[in-house]
Amino acid sequence: MNPMVLVLIPLLPLLAAIVAGLGGRLIGRAGAHWVTCVAVAISCALSLLVLKQSFLDGAPTYDAAVYRWLLSDGMSIDVGFLIDRLTALMIAVVTFVSLCVHVYTVGYMADDPGYTRFFSYISLFTFSMLMLVMANNFMQLFFGWEAVGMVSYLLIGFWYTRPSATFAALKAFIVNRIGDFGFILGIAGVAWYTHSLAYRDAFAAAPQLAQALLPLGPNSNVGALTLICVCLFVGAMGKSAQVPLHVWLPDSMEGPTPISALIHAATMVTAGIFMVARMSPLFEYSDAALSFVLVIGAITAFFMGLLGVVANDIKRVIAYSTLSQLGYMTVALGVSAYGAAIFHLMTHAFFKALLFLAAGSVIIAMHHEQDMRRMGGLAKYLPVTAVTCWIGALALVGTPFFSGFYSKDAIIEAVHESHRFGAGFAYLCVLGGVFVTALYTFRLLFLTFHGPERFRSAHAADAEAPDGHAAGHADGHAAPPHESPAVVTVPLIALAIPSLVIGAFTARAVLFGGYYGKSILVLPANDVLGRLAADFGGPVRFALHGLIAPPFVLALAGAVTAWACFLRRPEWADEAARRARLLYTVLTHKYGFDWLYERVVAALTRGIGIGLWKGGDEGLIDGAMVNGTAATVGWFGGLVRRVQSGYLYSYAFWMMIGLAVLLGWYLTHA
Amino acid sequence: MISLAQLLTLSGVLFALAVAGVFLNRKNVILLLMCVELLLLAANFNFIAFSRYLNDVNGQVFVFFILTVAAAESAIGLAILVVLFRERRTINVEDLNTLKG
Repeated sequence: MNPMVLVLIPLLPLLAAIVAGLGGRLIGRAGAHWVTCVAVAISCALSLLVLKQSFLDGAPTYDAAVYRWLLSDGMSIDVGFLIDRLTALMIAVVTFVSLCVHVYTVGYMADDPGYTRFFSYISLFTFSMLMLVMANNFMQLFFGWEAVGMVSYLLIGFWYTRPSATFAALKAFIVNRIGDFGFILGIAGVAWYTHSLAYRDAFAAAPQLAQALLPLGPNSNVGALTLICVCLFVGAMGKSAQVPLHVWLPDSMEGPTPISALIHAATMVTAGIFMVARMSPLFEYSDAALSFVLVIGAITAFFMGLLGVVANDIKRVIAYSTLSQLGYMTVALGVSAYGAAIFHLMTHAFFKALLFLAAGSVIIAMHHEQDMRRMGGLAKYLPVTAVTCWIGALALVGTPFFSGFYSKDAIIEAVHESHRFGAGFAYLCVLGGVFVTALYTFRLLFLTFHGPERFRSAHAADAEAPDGHAAGHADGHAAPPHESPAVVTVPLIALAIPSLVIGAFTARAVLFGGYYGKSILVLPANDVLGRLAADFGGPVRFALHGLIAPPFVLALAGAVTAWACFLRRPEWADEAARRARLLYTVLTHKYGFDWLYERVVAALTRGIGIGLWKGGDEGLIDGAMVNGTAATVGWFGGLVRRVQSGYLYSYAFWMMIGLAVLLGWYLTHA
Repeated sequence: MISLAQLLTLSGVLFALAVAGVFLNRKNVILLLMCVELLLLAANFNFIAFSRYLNDVNGQVFVFFILTVAAAESAIGLAILVVLFRERRTINVEDLNTLKG
């Protein structure tokens, strides 16, 4: 593999970001979108070339440093690339989705004043994500990790005049910071034990590390590798929005829709999944860490999906769906089915980006109305959007023959097959998750594209619009909504095709065909996918078998429930909400996580901060130590100045006293 | 013959009186100057007494030096006093307290 090509893949988006960001005024709006789109397109083409070389031509793994940044105490920090099939797949997905989003943005952001800034950010994001994925050492991984977090912050707060957007941006940043703290501890652990930051050294040392014990207390030890893996996974929990660090992802929907598609569905949030898969040689040796991963993933998969059922903002429903699907991937990681996780990551990237972009298209047509209760019957007006959205939704619920089916079914089967601690619970969660997924997905479809056209009447009562900006568009609603321009629909179609077919085409190779080679390590005892491979029997048979398997029945049940409750008899949904008032309240309050974090954790932190500020800094350091010293000296001076009466005779008197004391001391002691 | 002890006692008494004058005088700066002269005289007395006692003439030579210095000092003191009086229109010790913290 040519290192020059590898360097160009991340570097082109970076250059484009710099050009568009710093020279945006010079090259204008068209210049900005041309330079970034072309750069990402070349990058995408090169990535596909690398994928071809690695997959079809069987090129060997490339693992080398291209630049040494610094050398400290024998530990070198390099910029290096590790290109194997896992990386090749990831860069292809990242650049392809990124390219679609770039093109889509031309239409979506057409009348936004921050147009060039936006293109600069998303190109910068592509660069950061590629650096993360292509890294061959922990430091570069961490660089990419932080860089995508920063760009995510910038993009969530892109409309920085909205207080809710800046709040969401800060929230995302802070929650990620918590995860990153665990992540950097994990990296530090690796560096401590192996004295190297390169992946290959850490992976080579993993079997020995698994034996090492770390004393926690006088009588308790914890495996060093387990601790490292859990720490690394805490980082993944932040980035991939797993419970309980998931709270930032629904709020991140404040950002522009292309960002929700690119960063908060397809690529950045899957960085945690990718990272764990990449670290499989470490995780494989720690059953405890994998059980932890499994349970966290299972909780996220089921309980976050439930929230999607009660959300009314079209983007938030998809965001909860993303959380739930990330949970599925995490579950797959937890049962050592890394291949299935990455496969689901890939199919999810396509169909979830598609769903988001379709939602964005709906939002454009509705003049930035996002509440599904004010939509309905849009299929007639937005045929392309509706069809592509249906394809994405069917892929999401796991309809046989669609891409999502292969990946999700593989995960469910793998969980069923696994005997790891927590696998039983996880199996229930993922099965329940299938029903919930179908329920909220079809609810979204029915409320948005079918049923009565609520957008005409709903806007009579514009005053009660929650987000305020609907009022400005009130006049625009007289005309019926119309389909979005080609720059919006073409990326939709470009994403709909892989959403439809990529699963069937690649399932055998990616899931069971040993596609990953040496890039993912699975110990023979944990190899659930290997056991499943025997029953696979080709994509068509797999899909046909899927038609009678419990997940599909559950999905069908979910779809029927959604049809009954939201299309046929909308009053049933209200009735259900009334009957299960407690459950409904818990769900609409998102299990109280936000309340807990904002009112308890954040308030406590603020309290401690204020305490330290007022008590520690202003009181102790400023008050007692700095000003206190001065005050004591002043007070003592005030006391002593009384001696300075100004009267000569008193000075003479004291001199005499002093002399007498001195003489007296001299005479008695010497 | 006057004994050394008697001479020293006289000198001590003289010194103590002068010191008391410095402390207790709250009125007149001239009195202060005179008390300083008296202090020096007490010191001279000691010199002379020991000169006699040790048969060393150096002590008496020193007395002359001290007398000269005392005279000069009084002259300067009086000059300052005159300037002070011109400035402040007073030589009352109670009023001369600007040298304070």
